[in-house]
Amino acid sequence: MNEMTQSELLRKISEYQFVAVELNLYLDTHPGDEPARADYLFYSQTLEDLIKTYEAQYGPLMNFGHSPTDVGCYVESQWPWD
Amino acid sequence: MWIYQKKLEFPVNITAPNPRMAKALMAQYGGPDSELGAGMRYLTQRFSMPDNRVKATCNDIGTEELAHWEMIGTMIFQCIRDASLEEMEAAGLLGYYTMHSKGVFPASPDGVPFTASYIQCTGDPIADIVEDMAAEQKARATYEHLMTLTDDASLLSPLRFLREREIVHFQRFGECLEILQNM
Repeated sequence: MNEMTQSELLRKISEYQFVAVELNLYLDTHPGDEPARADYLFYSQTLEDLIKTYEAQYGPLMNFGHSPTDVGCYVESQWPWD
Repeated sequence: MWIYQKKLEFPVNITAPNPRMAKALMAQYGGPDSELGAGMRYLTQRFSMPDNRVKATCNDIGTEELAHWEMIGTMIFQCIRDASLEEMEAAGLLGYYTMHSKGVFPASPDGVPFTASYIQCTGDPIADIVEDMAAEQKARATYEHLMTLTDDASLLSPLRFLREREIVHFQRFGECLEILQNM
């Protein structure tokens, strides 16, 4: 994962996040689907690892205490519409 | 409680000015069937839903709609960011520019400001979920209209993604309707 550029890593985060969003919405109406719950756990864990890797290299992605890293600065990093 | 993540749900990168499409995109930013309306509708209706699965669906789809609203706002901003005043006027945005300059204001393409009267919360779970299903179909139709208005891949790619989300949300709300009907 360390060889990925910032935009490649962000893209990878978005991909795993998309799967997590999809599984989350599916599980909202199918909470008893065990294989889907296992998939959700797998993708959530991989997503967490990817975000940690990103934040250790490029700084915080989230506000309100959810991105503990001493690299970079939440305020100064680029806003997604810029 | 909501946590902000400083990234879009799906990448948007529009470099060529396109005030004509900015005006059209306002349908999904501040129109009756906009992402803003969708988000407010579901996040308001969730309180009185009688089943935890339906509460979760309204909460989580409502949350995703806010990320879609951010994507549409980004698209409008990037379409007008570098447009000249002449281009804004030629696209029919003279009135918009006068009141909002390059700001991104929630109004319909014809300048009607967003209002809570676009949404309903009857507290009747069936009535509310059926409204939500209709809202997803109206938003899907609007995305299809938007996709007929441009050949620009940098606009079509996020529009395709957003259109597909309406279909998934419609499916989930349909499952909610079934849950409610079986209670």
